[in-house]
Amino acid sequence: MDLSIFLIQTMNGVQYGLLLFLIASGLTLIFGIMHIINLAHGALYMIGAYLAWWLTSQVGNLFLAIVLALPVTVAIGIVIERFLIQTLYKRDHLDQVLLTFGLILVFDSLQSMTWGNDVHSVPMPEILSGSIALTDTLQYPVYRLFVSVVCALIALSMYLVIQRTRLGMIIRAGASNREMVQGLGLNIRNIYTLVFAAGTALTAFAGMIAAPISSVYPGMGSQILIICFVVVVIGGVGSIKGAFLGALLVGLTATWGQILVPEFSGVVVYALMAAVLLWKPRGLFA
Amino acid sequence: MLKTILKGAAVGAAVVGFMASAQAADPVKVGVMLPYTGTYAALGEAITNGMKMAIEDAGGTPGGRAIEYVVVDDESEPGKAPANMEKLVSGANVDMVVGTVHSGVAMGMLKVAREKDAILLIPNAGFNAATGPLCAPNVFRTSFTSWQTAYPMGKAAAHRGYKKVATITWKYGFGEESVEAFKEGFEAAGGEVVEEITLPFPDVEFQAQLTRLAQIKPDAVFAFFAGGGAVKFVKDYAAAGLSKDIPLIGSGFLTDGTLAAQGAAAEGIMTTLHYADTLDNPTNRKFREAYKAEFGKDADIYAVQGYDTGLVIAAALEATKGDTSDRQALLAAIRGVTVNSPRGRWTFSPAQNPVQDIYLRQVKDGRNVMVGVAAEKLADPARGCKMM
Repeated sequence: MDLSIFLIQTMNGVQYGLLLFLIASGLTLIFGIMHIINLAHGALYMIGAYLAWWLTSQVGNLFLAIVLALPVTVAIGIVIERFLIQTLYKRDHLDQVLLTFGLILVFDSLQSMTWGNDVHSVPMPEILSGSIALTDTLQYPVYRLFVSVVCALIALSMYLVIQRTRLGMIIRAGASNREMVQGLGLNIRNIYTLVFAAGTALTAFAGMIAAPISSVYPGMGSQILIICFVVVVIGGVGSIKGAFLGALLVGLTATWGQILVPEFSGVVVYALMAAVLLWKPRGLFA
Repeated sequence: MLKTILKGAAVGAAVVGFMASAQAADPVKVGVMLPYTGTYAALGEAITNGMKMAIEDAGGTPGGRAIEYVVVDDESEPGKAPANMEKLVSGANVDMVVGTVHSGVAMGMLKVAREKDAILLIPNAGFNAATGPLCAPNVFRTSFTSWQTAYPMGKAAAHRGYKKVATITWKYGFGEESVEAFKEGFEAAGGEVVEEITLPFPDVEFQAQLTRLAQIKPDAVFAFFAGGGAVKFVKDYAAAGLSKDIPLIGSGFLTDGTLAAQGAAAEGIMTTLHYADTLDNPTNRKFREAYKAEFGKDADIYAVQGYDTGLVIAAALEATKGDTSDRQALLAAIRGVTVNSPRGRWTFSPAQNPVQDIYLRQVKDGRNVMVGVAAEKLADPARGCKMM
């Protein structure tokens, strides 16, 4: 294998990892900080993709569609947290699993009823639809690079907000001791609603921005759910940094696994997770 | 007093008479086990539409009996297949079952059908075994085998002058069987498969494999993907710039029911399948027009397979004059059906899979345009089937 192929494949891995982080970022917030096992994560990702497809077909531009769709997803997040999740904070994880699993069924049916069951694709925005020649036969779409940059920016801003701002401090405090934060006179209820809404919007946003390179179809949400949990678990529950590195690690492992040991490509990621958990049972950065 | 008794006897006789004719009056119960949610929901819907349309076309009461559908969503969940099938066969006591799309689910259904000797009509799932080692007198398939849809592409590829071809698919039954059959046809015609790439099902991150393909630079790439994965693969392949140097070929599922979403990226792709949208026969023209008028969208291969399943049921009931009590007669009637399908006339092979023409198609202006017949009256070899 020559150097250029090595570099291209590494880039493929990094790019996949960044995309995984974006898709898992909402889960990192909700599962990592609020300790809620949100099985509906994939369904929200799918809703984002469908909104992007539908609105793009109405207004003709993906970016405008995203601007229109984001408030809707924030509202969905607020409604779910206020009316459903909030009743479960004091309950067992199993109740959350049941509730959010039920949400999957609800969202899947809504998708099927509203938009039908066909496969759709979202056109790339005109200005980003070009590609860069890597070798004489291989090109790289500019939009993929754009998505990578967006993923990196989101990772950075999440890290800064959580680690460097007062709000982030309160969120982290709320994650480790809800009652104490409340005792200090802060409205933890609103903060949790905010975090859940942000997580929902982020998940849906991932679906929207990835729509042109992922295509839009029923069941797309369940496909990403497991890999998202793998990313969060490897990174360590509650750590943005961990999820970011976990995503890159998974992306690179999946890519190189497919090249070096293709017959085991289905298990390398899970082997990685098992190895990390044996070494650090709580994940890399818990 | 005597009058009353006589009256009672008359009522009794009437009741007995009614019982005797009950079979003709009762509807035939058809269990329909298809995916209505998840990745394959659109396929389940198309098959259902097609099937009901065929029954309606036959007047709605073939052999003088109405059809009652007992519908179950199989969710494409192999784990739930045996229980769902039991529910239809033993619970609802249906006369026959139609299902399904996903081969893993169909496998579960097939096991139950064999145990309970229930009549099963498979309207899609193409795993070779169903009409191969697992063939049974009560199991029919109205669609295709993986082998049938990919083997002729091997010959067609060699005929186009491709010497070295790389293959790519998901590592699962349908994909692997298709690649295997393509390879068999291609190597028999003198070609060489230089690399077989597989991905875990249902991964859709293809960049590493596309890089690999650019590195190998084969004469062509044979791909098996379906549904959302097919859309993504074809788009990624074009976006990676590969389609200008390395033609993409495949079994027809790569471009069937997915063209609207694939757009320009699919132009020029050659595939083989037992159907092409532009097939020029009166049945197809009429079918496509009626389907579009009724359901507001273009018919695809799944709608055709559903339609054919309906035709088989209708023709068999006509042949037995609506009698479903004589099993052997009913099975013989199904076996003897010649289906005047939109895909062309076909009959059942001894293994009870269609003997059908396979068409070579190319994507032009967003349609699968027929280029020629890749294999005429092709029967699956049905390896391992004891009924051959």
